[in-house]
Amino acid sequence: MTLDEILASLFPGGHAVKNDSGIVFGSATLRSGGRALVIGIANKTAVGVDEAIRLSGYVLDSLAREAGPILVLVDSDSQRMSKRDELLGLNEFLAHLAKTLIFADMNGRPTIGILYGHSAAGALLATGLATRVLVGVPGATPAVMDLPSMAKVTKLSMEALQEKAKSTPVFAPGLSNLARMGAVHVTWNEAVPLADQLDALLISMPDAHDRRDILGKERGGRRKAAEIAERVRDLALHSH
Amino acid sequence: MTAPIKHTAQSWAERAGTTSFNEASARTRLELLLDAGSFVEFIGPEQREVSPHLRIFDLPEQFDDGIVVGRGRLNGSTVFVAAQEGRFMGGAFGEVHGAKLIGLLRAARQIKSIPVLILFDTGGVRLQEANAGELAIAEIMRAVMEARTAGVKVIGLIGGRSGCYGGGGLIAGCCSALAVSEPGRIAVSGPEVIETNRGVEEFDSRDRALVWRTMGGKHRRLLGAADVFTDDTVEGFRDAALELLGLIEPFGLDRLKAEQVRLADRLRSFGACADAVDIWAAEGVAHAEMVPELPADQFIALANNIGRTSRDAR
Amino acid sequence: MEDLSFQHKARSRAGGSKQTAIIGVVASGNLEVLVERVLPGVECRLEIKTAATGFGEVWDAVVADFVERHSPGGLKFSINDGGARPDTVSLRLAQAVRLIEENGQ
Repeated sequence: MTLDEILASLFPGGHAVKNDSGIVFGSATLRSGGRALVIGIANKTAVGVDEAIRLSGYVLDSLAREAGPILVLVDSDSQRMSKRDELLGLNEFLAHLAKTLIFADMNGRPTIGILYGHSAAGALLATGLATRVLVGVPGATPAVMDLPSMAKVTKLSMEALQEKAKSTPVFAPGLSNLARMGAVHVTWNEAVPLADQLDALLISMPDAHDRRDILGKERGGRRKAAEIAERVRDLALHSH
Repeated sequence: MTAPIKHTAQSWAERAGTTSFNEASARTRLELLLDAGSFVEFIGPEQREVSPHLRIFDLPEQFDDGIVVGRGRLNGSTVFVAAQEGRFMGGAFGEVHGAKLIGLLRAARQIKSIPVLILFDTGGVRLQEANAGELAIAEIMRAVMEARTAGVKVIGLIGGRSGCYGGGGLIAGCCSALAVSEPGRIAVSGPEVIETNRGVEEFDSRDRALVWRTMGGKHRRLLGAADVFTDDTVEGFRDAALELLGLIEPFGLDRLKAEQVRLADRLRSFGACADAVDIWAAEGVAHAEMVPELPADQFIALANNIGRTSRDAR
Repeated sequence: MEDLSFQHKARSRAGGSKQTAIIGVVASGNLEVLVERVLPGVECRLEIKTAATGFGEVWDAVVADFVERHSPGGLKFSINDGGARPDTVSLRLAQAVRLIEENGQ
């Protein structure tokens, strides 16, 4: 689905969301009532310092003036790979964007990521993975790293990697792998109006408690994470 | 048996003052950073909680999966600590590795009064477990912010051989404060990755001086991306941690707003600079090109003079 | 990866009272040694997972020499090896014994 199709399907009554050279921002009235802030990245744009500072600014402005959920629409490249962005401290800009979203989510503004295109690595961490609930739209292609680059770094052939990917969801790109890991909460059905599915999600929103590791365990994608975290937490609580 | 104990305490302090943080193992860093003999490990190597994924790639495992977590004392006060072993799989985040840090942060959030020291030494996500590693980093970022909201001071110490790259850089950006040394580097994309993707004209990964000017400890300190610079000894990092513990204020919306201003100002002031030397010169550093040569004590004095920190805005 | 296992009877039990010790890092040319005081009498066991396959005889010789020099009775050594040279292996084994025989808990 394109950005326009997604917006039209989410907000059949219309919306005031713009795409300014890959930076998505605006607001819309929810069919269930109330308004939502909508931000995001479009057209597979890389997320660099310039993009991140704008998006975090929209979130902070909205905290002061509005209420309601924040939707983060994602079709990005990875973080921008450039000397300039690293020179200026890209890690802080991306972390700051994630922090504004996490803060919003912890303070009455539930955040919903909607991954409809591509995203990777640092860009994904600062956007979709910084929301309370991440929704996948069929056709989305999230990746931590693309397979050719992974093949280069691990010194394995593409064929060998693809073969290994058949037996585990732990490294290869893809929506279904991230769903099994617990990163993607739900994958929507593009044959059903997105407004309906958004309504259903808003009604049944989980609380602001990060349970992705438990989800990953339930779905069989991460069998150790929840248990190890719980054991360390327990040992630390009883140690002092 | 009192004489041997006294001797041990003395040599512990001497060792802390002369041991390179950069060259030490994660365990040695903790041994010398924390009060002598105070360290208690959570899920130690004898538990053999190794990565369940490395065998698919026929790669060797490490019993602690490359991170040591536990509790110790710093000048008598309890701290939680996590130290990454940068030489195992580049210190990268895998499923078990990440989960150990998450559990520590969640406990800290509940207790509220015990700070967390994270000794970063990482290239980012462990590719063989890419999805689990990326997700662990996302969960750590959330856990850091939840802990900070509960009043926990989360301090990052950056000076290891793998630096603090990738998702590690984003976690560092979530910490209350950071201490960095000359060998430390903080960035998202590594030099080789930038060169592979954008060409050697964009970034020559073999130009070490360029790498350090762009991503290294001195630049991060002068930029305000790290708050304290220390020489490369474990004692230096210990003192830095103690200094930061005394300075960190509670986290809240004001801090986030101040950070938005700080980062936007940085873009406005330095967004057109071609190199770090131009940024340092613009900040008023005389003979900016000499900064890389400055010994630690002179550099620290210079940085404090420039006065750029992120103390209330991080 | 290759798994190797060796059992020996040492001359005597290792000194000290610490129950475990760990030394080293798993990386190219390096190894980690986890040593635990869990065996009866003068028994000694080494369980090795190594990334360098086909060196069983070299390990056999290094281990035998180590047992002869250091009398690690009662100790079980668990090793994750990233392809270290024999002299590095000998060094780590010696370091492991020294650590577990040290004063302290």
